[in-house]
Amino acid sequence: MYQLLKQIAKTGIVTEPAPNPDENLRQLGQRLSEQVLRHFGRALAIRHVDAGSCNGCELEIHAANSPYYNLEGLGIKFVASPRHADLLLVTGPVSRNMEVALRRTYDATPEPKLVVAIGDCGCDGGIFGENYASCGRVANVIPVDVAVPGCPPSPTAILQGILTAVSASRLRA
Amino acid sequence: MTDSVLQVRPLDGAMPARCAVIEPARLRSVCEAARANHERLVALWGSDETTRGGGYALHLALAQRAGLLWLSVPLPPEHPRYPGIADIFPSANRMQRAAYDLCGIHAQDNPDHRKWLRHRAWPGGVFPLRKGFDSASRFPPSDDRYPFVKVEGEGVHEIPVGPVHAGTIEPGHFRFSIVGEKILRLEERLGYKHKGIEKRFESMTLEEGARLAGRVSGDSTVAFAWAYAMAVEGASGTEAPRRALELRAVLLEIERIANHLGDLGYLGNDVALSFGFFQFWRLKEDLLRLCAALFGHRYLMDLIVPGGIARDLPRGGAEQLLERLDAIRAEVATLKSIYDEHAGAQDRFIMTGQVSADLAEKLGLCGMAGRASGIWRDLRVDYPIQPYQRMAVRMANHTRGDVAARASVRFDELAESARLIQALVAGLSSGDIRVPLDATPGGRRGVGWIEGWRGDVLVALETAEGNRIHRLHPHDPSWQNWPVLERAVTGNIVPDFPLINKSFNLSYSGHDL
Ligand code: SF4
Repeated sequence: MYQLLKQIAKTGIVTEPAPNPDENLRQLGQRLSEQVLRHFGRALAIRHVDAGSCNGCELEIHAANSPYYNLEGLGIKFVASPRHADLLLVTGPVSRNMEVALRRTYDATPEPKLVVAIGDCGCDGGIFGENYASCGRVANVIPVDVAVPGCPPSPTAILQGILTAVSASRLRA
Repeated sequence: MTDSVLQVRPLDGAMPARCAVIEPARLRSVCEAARANHERLVALWGSDETTRGGGYALHLALAQRAGLLWLSVPLPPEHPRYPGIADIFPSANRMQRAAYDLCGIHAQDNPDHRKWLRHRAWPGGVFPLRKGFDSASRFPPSDDRYPFVKVEGEGVHEIPVGPVHAGTIEPGHFRFSIVGEKILRLEERLGYKHKGIEKRFESMTLEEGARLAGRVSGDSTVAFAWAYAMAVEGASGTEAPRRALELRAVLLEIERIANHLGDLGYLGNDVALSFGFFQFWRLKEDLLRLCAALFGHRYLMDLIVPGGIARDLPRGGAEQLLERLDAIRAEVATLKSIYDEHAGAQDRFIMTGQVSADLAEKLGLCGMAGRASGIWRDLRVDYPIQPYQRMAVRMANHTRGDVAARASVRFDELAESARLIQALVAGLSSGDIRVPLDATPGGRRGVGWIEGWRGDVLVALETAEGNRIHRLHPHDPSWQNWPVLERAVTGNIVPDFPLINKSFNLSYSGHDL
């Protein structure tokens, strides 16, 4: 126990400041009211759906949960069911074998809801593109609010995408 | 299996590899002899040879004492079929079913004829890896019935889980048959992430394919990219410069360390030791950031290319890497003693998810999980290529085959990889890092075989005219290990499934292709 506490004390707090939203990532105009956004800003429940990634984007979502980024400190938490989610974080090109599961997850998420597509694959199908087994980008299957490019995008970029999704759009302001 | 029986011819390339053609009628006896000789089935796949005046072909890769043997079995254009070998090599079952779904070659006398990679994206009787199949084809979603094996008995319940899981996990379906909390049987269904990778390779040049190879399974991007480069270099008669090979090994060992750090963190997390998660993931993040600074990519994607590597270690990079590894080694040693002495963690790790050496041998468990169950094989030791030839890699070895053993192997391998990188960086050769690829004619073969962090990754390549790909099969060791996970959880309680699953950490993408 002593060793454990010593290690905690030695490490200290490593969390870094969060990035600012980036309007360039936005795909659709902000659909949610200021009031809802204010609420999301305090407590945002995210459901991740891997719709067919190479698993590289998952590595960065895991990394975003590391102490450097402190998602929980920003009021963001990952939840186990779409029914408890405000936002879906979708990775990968959507494989045709996952198309139905993704649609069902989207339908099971209560309104108001947001979708952030992660990675080059989520944005435009990436290197896999569209073919007999891949529907390509996430927006080909469900509406996407914000898309974050990168292969894979860094945890900071992912965080920025999430924060953009819950920030008021300049167009509306 | 003796060479007097088989006509074998050596394949050019860094790995000791040979190929041979056999008639379907001899397939089973050849496999039986291989099994008796403790040879291992590395991969099985199919190909369409109708555009080259043939029919179809079944291919097998066997690990022999002398190296890899690539066996090809020509099959007729009408009703291509061969005698199944899943009773000889159990891991062949799913591979045979996948070869049918994709190529339409049929394994006879195989009791399990259910589809495997085909779900609803394309109908039965249509085979995407046939040359006449247009990769842009779309089909109305077909019926996706899949008969799971039913477990009967008093008090037996079924719990279906997935494909979408709680938490950040790749999609797959798990069906548990339980009594109370105890798992009687687990049946997996995979293939959800199938996105046409093998077909996609056939639209690419040998140069372009490197990026795709690095995205078969993102967590093993270095291993796949190296295996791909090795296959292309073998097929084209190219030799990567010494410095490039040394740096490839540095990248491969960094990938091993990064993945082991992440897994050790999650193993702590799953036994309510979130301290472990935060500590290991801090160390992992430090390493990823250094990779971004030194090589321009946190996961080292697209660095290994056919002919060498795309980017050299920058000036001063060696010192930064050595310093970081020293810090990681010291902190991991501290964390290891904390894990070892944490009664709660050890209680959950020991005897959980056990795979005996006998079962591991029978089912063909491989890689890191194999080394935790008495299957002491490691390509870096068994067939050392440059630069491993002069490194004397110390293989991790454990026998208990439980979660604790898989954690222990990770700790040992992490330390050994740090030692290897330090030795490699200290003695780095000078000179070029990349040579141009010669134009490669059609019909050439090459194999790449690399010990990734999870196990051995294989890339088998046959070229087409104009520097292109006729057929490429990338094989992830998860193919072998997924069926073993089903057995590892039997008799355990349902709440231990996430922990056992994590202790293997298998790839869905690398398997589903
Ligand atoms: S964007 Fe890149 S890392 Fe993410 S799933 Fe696609 S290929 Fe993998």
